[in-house]
Amino acid sequence: MNQHTVSSRSTHRSDADETAHTKRAEQRTYLWGFGLALILTLIPFGLVAFGSLSAGTIYIVIGACAILQVVVHFRFFLHITLARNKREDLQLILFTVLILTIMVGGTLWILFNLYYRMMPDMLP
Amino acid sequence: MNSTSTRHPGLNLGHAHGEAHEASEELVFGFWVFMMSDLIIFGLLFATYITMLGGTAGGPGPHELFELKSAFIETMLLLISSFTFGMASLALKYRSDRKVLVGWLVVTLLLGLGFIAHELYDFHKMFSEGGVPSRSGFLSAFFALVPLHGLHVTGACIWLVALLGQIAVHGLDTPTKTGLMRLAILWHFLDVVWIGIFSIVYLGGIA
Repeated sequence: MNQHTVSSRSTHRSDADETAHTKRAEQRTYLWGFGLALILTLIPFGLVAFGSLSAGTIYIVIGACAILQVVVHFRFFLHITLARNKREDLQLILFTVLILTIMVGGTLWILFNLYYRMMPDMLP
Repeated sequence: MNSTSTRHPGLNLGHAHGEAHEASEELVFGFWVFMMSDLIIFGLLFATYITMLGGTAGGPGPHELFELKSAFIETMLLLISSFTFGMASLALKYRSDRKVLVGWLVVTLLLGLGFIAHELYDFHKMFSEGGVPSRSGFLSAFFALVPLHGLHVTGACIWLVALLGQIAVHGLDTPTKTGLMRLAILWHFLDVVWIGIFSIVYLGGIA
């Protein structure tokens, strides 16, 4: 608590210029995020609408753009960076990703194996 | 930007907000736990949808039912709303004029409502073409995944209206500030889920 009062006083002492500077920097962060997300949205939509690539190539481009855009959203909009001082947050996200990988990967593996052996009609 | 200590993942209010900054630690971390459990639900519904892609049972499939144009309009509405909510978060953090904050929030709300309206129009069109949930396993999986996201957006819009009411009645007190921070996480998270939907469901289905 004591520490907090000291640091809040030091925040008040810092001049308004610095606040305006960090505000502009954070606004730029959102603008960068929006711009990158826009490009990563337009590429796959453009390819599907006007492109004449093979289906396999298009799927790879869509997947790559989607993963990159998720990273952009987490980095620029949700402010999840690698620099963090609370480990349990990182553990929370990593554990969720682990569970998701096991459950989604397992579901797809088991069911497509089943389709391959028992119901070839269900294979897309 | 890095000079202030971060108490939780995401945008921090900073020490200038005193009590709200202190209170946000537990609330925002708890909200992240909820968000991650929600992510598991969506992840498994995506897995279900992919395993059901072949199960159209002779009914209409992705090529007959999905339109690239409406998927693109919905994507843009949600992406722009994510950006405007980011601007609202910054207006809150840097204690801009309340009109600026409320203005960004109202723009975000309108974009969210536009998204819901367009999605409902899409479903209506699918229904009229015979694309009802009971038609096939593929359509059941589609209507489990995409409308669940739509329901989340609807819930987020209701929450936003409630917060605008809180701002009008109580002003920017600690519960309102922490509420806005949690809603911001939900809003950006729903945009992330939408990336999966437009990539896997719409673009993957049409390509």
